[in-house]
Amino acid sequence: MNVVLVDSGGANLGSVRYALQRLGVEPAVSGDAAVIAAADRVILPGVGAAGPGMARLRELGLVQPLRDLRQPLLGICLGMQLLFDGSEEGGETCLGLIPGQVRRMPESPGVRVPHMGWNRLQSRRESPLLRGIDDGAQAYFVHSYAAPVTADTVAESTHGQPFAAIVQRGNVAGAQFHPERSGAVGARLLANFLESGVA
Amino acid sequence: MLSRRLIPCLDVRDGQVVKGVRFRDHVVMGAIEDLALRYRDEGADELVFYDITASPQGRAVDVGWVERVARLIDIPFCVAGGIRSVAQARAVLQAGADKVSVNTPALERPELISELAQAFGVQCVVVGVDSLRDADGEWRVRAYTGDPDRTRALPRRTLDWVAEAQALGAGEIVLNCMGADGVRQGYDLEQLRAVRALCRVPLVASGGAGAMEHFAAAFLDADVDAALAASVFHSGAVRIPELKTALRAQGIEVRDVA
Repeated sequence: MNVVLVDSGGANLGSVRYALQRLGVEPAVSGDAAVIAAADRVILPGVGAAGPGMARLRELGLVQPLRDLRQPLLGICLGMQLLFDGSEEGGETCLGLIPGQVRRMPESPGVRVPHMGWNRLQSRRESPLLRGIDDGAQAYFVHSYAAPVTADTVAESTHGQPFAAIVQRGNVAGAQFHPERSGAVGARLLANFLESGVA
Repeated sequence: MLSRRLIPCLDVRDGQVVKGVRFRDHVVMGAIEDLALRYRDEGADELVFYDITASPQGRAVDVGWVERVARLIDIPFCVAGGIRSVAQARAVLQAGADKVSVNTPALERPELISELAQAFGVQCVVVGVDSLRDADGEWRVRAYTGDPDRTRALPRRTLDWVAEAQALGAGEIVLNCMGADGVRQGYDLEQLRAVRALCRVPLVASGGAGAMEHFAAAFLDADVDAALAASVFHSGAVRIPELKTALRAQGIEVRDVA
């Protein structure tokens, strides 16, 4: 299988590549639209802020090529946030593949932002992405912005308020947590994405 | 619900994990990769690697072992040690670390915290604070703690520094209570509570864990988000699976051990 990791400048590129290698898959790392368009699976990693993340995709000429993909696409952390219409972080317009606005997580007593650590996934609907992942399984999150729970939410998590932890719409999916750093649960999500795509 | 985290801390010197008492007299605990895997298997929620000689020797952390650890483990880890520029932090993050922790270089040049936060997002930026109570009763920070002969007391009050570090873009604070470190009499709850009161980002307790009840006290009395320990984990005096069972019995949310 031809898996391409989009070289979006995110600092977790290496970690995602190692996680795929642990699953026996050697991904190509590329910022080239033609290479990405020819992949069987595309993964958009990302750590950092929405502004620099989108700036990097524009610089590489990848905005429209990512929108045009028909094969399964998985965004991770910031990469998932970039799939939405826009982000409150810097008022950035994003890829618009999933409806909704990413917003800053509200702080309240005992609810600290960044949301950092292991939190539980609650299933919202059936999806091959959740195969073998129990309701209440824990995954590692580290982020300050989050997407709202909508019809596209496959699993939610709660930090003060519920937010989208796994999303899927058509060929496009996303994980707000870091599957590459979420032990067996994260490895399972990546394996599910590789095996069955998002259909 | 977000789990409280248990974080074994691996002090790295010359490519091996070492442990000292009150930051002195280091003994070798084992190879970095062996200990990283052991703790991953036991249910550690995260690991911290401190290259304790990097800052005193004026060099950045060696990214070779960072990459080896990143390939091996599937839980998050943070790297500290002599990171004094965005370029050095980028090298460590690109080698596969999830977060970088800055301590002495941030005290020397606090803008480093903002530069790192702008480049990588606040969630990647941990500020380590080495703190000791002075004779006048104030907690103040220490620099160059990796080398006792070079450790320096600074006039900066710990509480002021924590507030400043947060304002500059720290995404997490690790408070190393040096007076309690390595002596296993429990975390410095008084100091942790004082810092917690003004710390809005995640706070990690460090220094003093000797028994399971010390972890429970840090979570219940000081409301810290995570507890870091070294010698009690290295020696096997506290084992993470049993610790998690004990914490859960007290109503403290922890991650399941797979």
